[in-house]
Amino acid sequence: MDVVISQTFTGASYGATLLLVALGLTLTFGQMGVINMAHGEFLMAGAYSAYMTQQLITNADISIIFALPFAFIVAGLLGLLLEVLVISRMYHRTLDTLLVTFGVSLVLQQAAKDIFGAQAKAVKAPSWLHGQIPIFGYRYPLTQLFILVLSIACVIGLTSLLKYTGFGRQIRATVQNRDLAETVGVSTRSIDRLTFFIGSGLAGVAGVAVTLITATESTMGQEYIIWAFLVVVAGGIGQIKGAVIAAFALGITRAFLTYWTDGSMAVVLTFLLVVVFLQVRPQGLFATRTRSLA
Amino acid sequence: MNARVMAFKAYFPLIGIAILALFLLVIAPGALSSFRLNNLGKYCCYAIAGVGIGLAWGRGGMLVLGQGLFFGLGAYAMGMHLKLEAAGPDAVPDFMMNFGSGVLPAWWAPFRSGAFTIAAIVVIPALVALVLGLAVFKRRIKGAYFAILSQALTVAFGALLVSQIKYTGGQTGLNSLSTFFGYNLYDPVNKKMIYMITAVILIVMLLITFQLYRSRFGEVLIATRDQEERVRFLGYDPANIKVVAFVIAAIMASIGGAMFVPMAGLINPREVSALASIMLIAGVALGGRATLLGPAIGALVVGYGRTSLSEAYPDQWTYFLGAMFIIVILFIPNGLTSVIPKAWQALNRRRTDIKEVEAV
Repeated sequence: MDVVISQTFTGASYGATLLLVALGLTLTFGQMGVINMAHGEFLMAGAYSAYMTQQLITNADISIIFALPFAFIVAGLLGLLLEVLVISRMYHRTLDTLLVTFGVSLVLQQAAKDIFGAQAKAVKAPSWLHGQIPIFGYRYPLTQLFILVLSIACVIGLTSLLKYTGFGRQIRATVQNRDLAETVGVSTRSIDRLTFFIGSGLAGVAGVAVTLITATESTMGQEYIIWAFLVVVAGGIGQIKGAVIAAFALGITRAFLTYWTDGSMAVVLTFLLVVVFLQVRPQGLFATRTRSLA
Repeated sequence: MNARVMAFKAYFPLIGIAILALFLLVIAPGALSSFRLNNLGKYCCYAIAGVGIGLAWGRGGMLVLGQGLFFGLGAYAMGMHLKLEAAGPDAVPDFMMNFGSGVLPAWWAPFRSGAFTIAAIVVIPALVALVLGLAVFKRRIKGAYFAILSQALTVAFGALLVSQIKYTGGQTGLNSLSTFFGYNLYDPVNKKMIYMITAVILIVMLLITFQLYRSRFGEVLIATRDQEERVRFLGYDPANIKVVAFVIAAIMASIGGAMFVPMAGLINPREVSALASIMLIAGVALGGRATLLGPAIGALVVGYGRTSLSEAYPDQWTYFLGAMFIIVILFIPNGLTSVIPKAWQALNRRRTDIKEVEAV
């Protein structure tokens, strides 16, 4: 029983991190059909933003509060830059965006290494996140609880943005039928840019969260990018609730498989489970219904 | 253009293959030192895998991001055989003594046989690709999903290789090999022989692909890439066509991986990682994904660039590689080999323009 609880919590924490990374991807992948491999590097940029914030505001207790919006803006601007310079030239070439953004991710990784050095940087966690909180006898680390809360907050924020604001309505209209949205006066170009800004910014927020559990280094994004894409694929493209379920399912599955076998075997088995799952639901958990054949 | 010229033009690629064969089999062995020739052989292995990627991606539209998996299957099969050869008939590979139980696992034992190894190099990746391909394409899983899944499987494969140190040698992989089917690996004559075998395999693969592209299968493959639904409406099953192309690409990658081992003298998880798979794609994209010779030439160029530039400027090399991806995919998606005929046409057009002006 203890094992069940501890693995569930470990998995949920991992799932929450994945969810933070995948949320931005669902937006950009779902809406624009862009496979942004540089998304992991936006996470890395967010983590370095947290590091830089802490250099300025040395008090770790309050620096994280400034780091979150700062990282959002830094990563968001990087995403915006990428959209304007590169991706806007590549509409309808989904697979090619993958390769181009892979090139971008290589460049960003090397740039981070040149700017901040090859040595991993540590970001101090605020003192109010030290310690654990006992839940069902399991001592749940507060940092992980914070990540969980943060990711849930981001989901709620993003969902209400999409649901209740005019901007959100325009995004949904663009996802469902770009041509029609344009016809009724939605400027899909600026919607694309804003979507990309928000999606990339969320990766930055994820980066700040990740600094609480791992060291900050130039290749840290690689750790998450493939898993985050699997979450998007399993959840259904452009589906936030799909991403939520898939992220926690993947995280918890991996945690249990790690306990039963070992770390890398768990990775292999989880990947295979995703392939098997796609046999049952090729479109992912929730599919966006369209009339297009492709 | 009359029919005769058309028929003649269809054989143009053969001239290209002949020139490449002349370079690889006659000029290079004569002109290059043993060390450089060995390096060229490694690039030929990438090129063999690249030809397969050209088939699956360029002609079939499947972005095979995980060819490192198949490259690795072939390489480890070969590595296991050579490792057993190096250990001697009744002995166990050294790393198993250090990390494992010192007993040869049952699934290693058949790799003592050279014939079994060669069969395994072809059959194992073919089976893996067949199962994966059927699972993905029969269920009409989207192209983007396929790319991500294949990359994910490569990552998983790499993680497995690293962790199963008892069976795979872990991070260091299989090294200190001594012979290749009984021939000493360090004898320059044998080295040249291994290079020649690799180069001949590359040429043969190009010829096979040339024939495939001319066949009905090649036509339907392109049709599937461009208009999958129409192909389905015409009565073909696009999934079968894609699976066949994917399996052929997997076998080619595996053969490339197998020949890589005797030339590199080792195989480790880094050579088959997700990054290595992307490097293979980079070569194909640079050369021209949908052409016959482009993928091979691109792979040779990227292999050469990687060795020469990455050793001299390890940091700038990454920038260079990243920039190459961005520029090639963004501005010359059909690769360098597509630029030459276009430039030639443009040049010709200008000439005729001038002539026409003069005539007026």
